[in-house]
Amino acid sequence: MEITVNGDAVTLDGPLTIARLLVEQEVKMPDMVSVEHNGKILDRAEFDKQQVRPGDTVEFLYFMGGGA
Amino acid sequence: MNLTDEQLERYSRHIILEQVGATGQEKLLSGKVLIIGAGGLGAPAGLYLAAAGVGTIGVIDSDSVELSNLQRQVIHHTPDVGTPKVESAAAKMRAINPDVTVRTYFDRAGPDNLVALMSEYDFVIDGTDNFSSKYLINDAAWFARKPFSHAGILRFSGQLITVRPGQSACYRCLFPDPPEPGAVPSCSQAGVLGVLGGVIGTLQATEAIKYLLGEGELLTDALLTYDASGMEFRKVPVRRNPRCRLCGPSPTITVLEQQDQAVCDLSGSCNC
Repeated sequence: MEITVNGDAVTLDGPLTIARLLVEQEVKMPDMVSVEHNGKILDRAEFDKQQVRPGDTVEFLYFMGGGA
Repeated sequence: MNLTDEQLERYSRHIILEQVGATGQEKLLSGKVLIIGAGGLGAPAGLYLAAAGVGTIGVIDSDSVELSNLQRQVIHHTPDVGTPKVESAAAKMRAINPDVTVRTYFDRAGPDNLVALMSEYDFVIDGTDNFSSKYLINDAAWFARKPFSHAGILRFSGQLITVRPGQSACYRCLFPDPPEPGAVPSCSQAGVLGVLGGVIGTLQATEAIKYLLGEGELLTDALLTYDASGMEFRKVPVRRNPRCRLCGPSPTITVLEQQDQAVCDLSGSCNC
């Protein structure tokens, strides 16, 4: 199936959860990511349950605490 | 307010702009911006806001200049090492533009002082370096109903968003839960490319100036991300989160408190 991750088209095998997508997309520090799924920010507890379907849009928003 | 001959010359490149003009410049001169943190982000923001003639600039920071700051905090110079950052920053801003009144606060922004401080200003720039402060500023801005620019930089990346409390998505709408302390990489270990502060801090100053002018579209309901490696900017649309604990319809955060977690540096002293 094809989805959009951070603006890029990505082809994946079958439906999968957000948690699985984080692994497949090799997100090194999933604890440092907030996930927007089809425009909705997910709670961290939903990562294991939320299914990604063909045509979905997912954004990984990274925590960035630096500034000084 | 009538601009003097000297001001007409100093701000001529602004005044000639259709979107600014003499009226806009007068708005800037009567504008008040608070910069929280005179570091990588606050340094360029302060320099450009002073040059632009923003009439009152407040700077709050409890640190003194260290040698390792100078790789990116361009408002501080080598002879300033050991000087409070607010004093060092104020001296440069006054030197750039004597029109500007700089108010310095050699203090930490905390739950006890932040709402009152913010309410003295029109717009706030978050130039802090840790999550605890970033959540605190977001929450204080909500209680003070004060627009602000959030930003973060790390390694080769940066991000920013402008928040108009009650009208656009807040930091907690995007990042509901602060990261676990153990998950947070140490800023001083992770490092940051010095120019990142210049790129992102200058964008924060741009938002402040647009807000004061009432011109253009603010970066609300969109997170702008910058990847210096691939030289790529992306604007990710976001929206208010109906489950937001702060600005949602059923808030659970009803008083301002500092969250004692997820500081930038695991050892507790961040010099990023």
